[in-house]
Amino acid sequence: MTAPAVFKSRSLPYLLIAPQIAVTLAFFIWPAAQAVLQSLLREDPFGLSTTFVGLENYVEVLSDPRYIDTVIRSCVLAVLVTAGAMATALLLATMADRVGRGAGIYKTLLIWPYAVAPALAGVLWFLIFNPSIGVVGRALNRLGMVWNPALDGTQAFVLILVAATWKQISYNFVFFLAGLQTIPHTVIEAAAIDGAGPARRFFTIVLPLLGPTTFFLLVVNLVYAFFETFAVIHATTQGGPASATETLVFKVFKDGFVGLDLGGSAAQSVILMGLVGGLTALQFHFLDRKGAR
Amino acid sequence: MMVENRPLLAVVRHLVLLAGIAVVLLPVWLAFVASTMSGGDMLDGRLGLLPGDQFSANFRAVLVDGLRSAGVPPVGRMMLNSLWMALSISIGKIAISLLSAFAIVYFRFPLRKSMFWMIFMTLMLPVEVRIVPTFKVVADFGLLDSTAGLALPLIASATATFLFRQFFISVPPELAEAARMDGASPMQFFKDVLLPLSRTNIAALFVILFIYGWNQYLWPFVATTDESHYTVVMGIQRMVAVPDSEPTWNIVMATAILGMLPPVLVVLAMQRLFVKGLVGGDK
Repeated sequence: MTAPAVFKSRSLPYLLIAPQIAVTLAFFIWPAAQAVLQSLLREDPFGLSTTFVGLENYVEVLSDPRYIDTVIRSCVLAVLVTAGAMATALLLATMADRVGRGAGIYKTLLIWPYAVAPALAGVLWFLIFNPSIGVVGRALNRLGMVWNPALDGTQAFVLILVAATWKQISYNFVFFLAGLQTIPHTVIEAAAIDGAGPARRFFTIVLPLLGPTTFFLLVVNLVYAFFETFAVIHATTQGGPASATETLVFKVFKDGFVGLDLGGSAAQSVILMGLVGGLTALQFHFLDRKGAR
Repeated sequence: MMVENRPLLAVVRHLVLLAGIAVVLLPVWLAFVASTMSGGDMLDGRLGLLPGDQFSANFRAVLVDGLRSAGVPPVGRMMLNSLWMALSISIGKIAISLLSAFAIVYFRFPLRKSMFWMIFMTLMLPVEVRIVPTFKVVADFGLLDSTAGLALPLIASATATFLFRQFFISVPPELAEAARMDGASPMQFFKDVLLPLSRTNIAALFVILFIYGWNQYLWPFVATTDESHYTVVMGIQRMVAVPDSEPTWNIVMATAILGMLPPVLVVLAMQRLFVKGLVGGDK
């Protein structure tokens, strides 16, 4: 924090920072502390008495095979969404970077889905995959496949996967395109003169130079896939059929608000805090390096 | 400029981009088509690629009547709620982040570092992981079913604070020095020098935060119990999750189209600012 710091006042800086600190304390730090505390307690079913149970809630959560299933399911979803959305965006960005005529229009048409809420993206694909009236759902059934995401868990998972990936492509596209545009033309030209074809140039020059962008997007996409897919799921499959589309965040919500298992839900929240913490630390590490450059 | 001239490669590029755009546009086009059809035609499986003739009837129905059977208010009302939420979140985040960045960069005071780290910690606490206890806090404050209750738990912003801090550090220190010499108070300097200099950054951030605020789902879902406070993005869930029957898809899709229209228009109208706000200051 090297900065000018020219003004002197005893109270003014506190006054300036007070609103942010007040909101942070009341709606972030305090609830987080409550979650940690709650995760160490157990309430009886009537909410009459509360006992301190130490790490018992954690042991219970982590030894529940259904929770482990949810962990695996969330990780698979996160990896597939991240890989799919990043690969598609990189392909489109590479094409748009060199397309010449019409680049502006292509860019505009690929960017705007960023503004579509994940919940709405989910609802759009929910209709498309609807077995009796959706365009794709009907076509799949006509092809002889028994398509019904309301009954088939894998199909429901595919629905969530497609909707979540679709929504994230434009975000990645913006970043990849910006990254590509910082690569100096002279480097590419030099390689071309040396006889490297487009594919070779992409893998030996462009991709390594996009490293920082790719790493940054990797973290952002994982956070998105773990957390923001909640809206996609809740607005469409509601975690079903038979928890086939339940993710970690969905389970925190369900156990806390529907199941009223406060201790278990809180323990899950704390585990998730650890996950975001780790991902944020990774990202911060990256920002630090970027600042040093 | 072209490294080499390969006409075939150029054709491939256009084809890939057109295919990408088709995939990106398809769901929204189909939603639009669905929003122009009658309910009966939809259920008969007649939803194709061409719009029907019920556009004005459907949109009049959602904007004015809503979907009473699902307990959902008219979409106009929900859009207004969304607008209030999006504006309170974006303006609130920008205001408190500007002030705290100003304090952190231009003053030295005890606890400065710890406060900075506390703000940083909010990055690690997305609303999804603190949803149950946050709900309790907001309920205890009596803020359920209010704009304040919708906005406050989302309003702290480490990202915005960092961004403004970064920008303030890059402002030549001579400016503040000169202002002080001229006898300007810190707040005068903030108002007359820093704010005008930050204009583009504020606008770019506003575009991003408006979309962020408009598209909130989980928090408005738990923080509103009264249907007159529903926002459009969460209200649509109530239309889709009708027990034991097929949703009225043409009405749902008309709502979806209306619900995505404001943020999409913001991106299209302010594309340059949007990209700047997303990717960061110097690009």
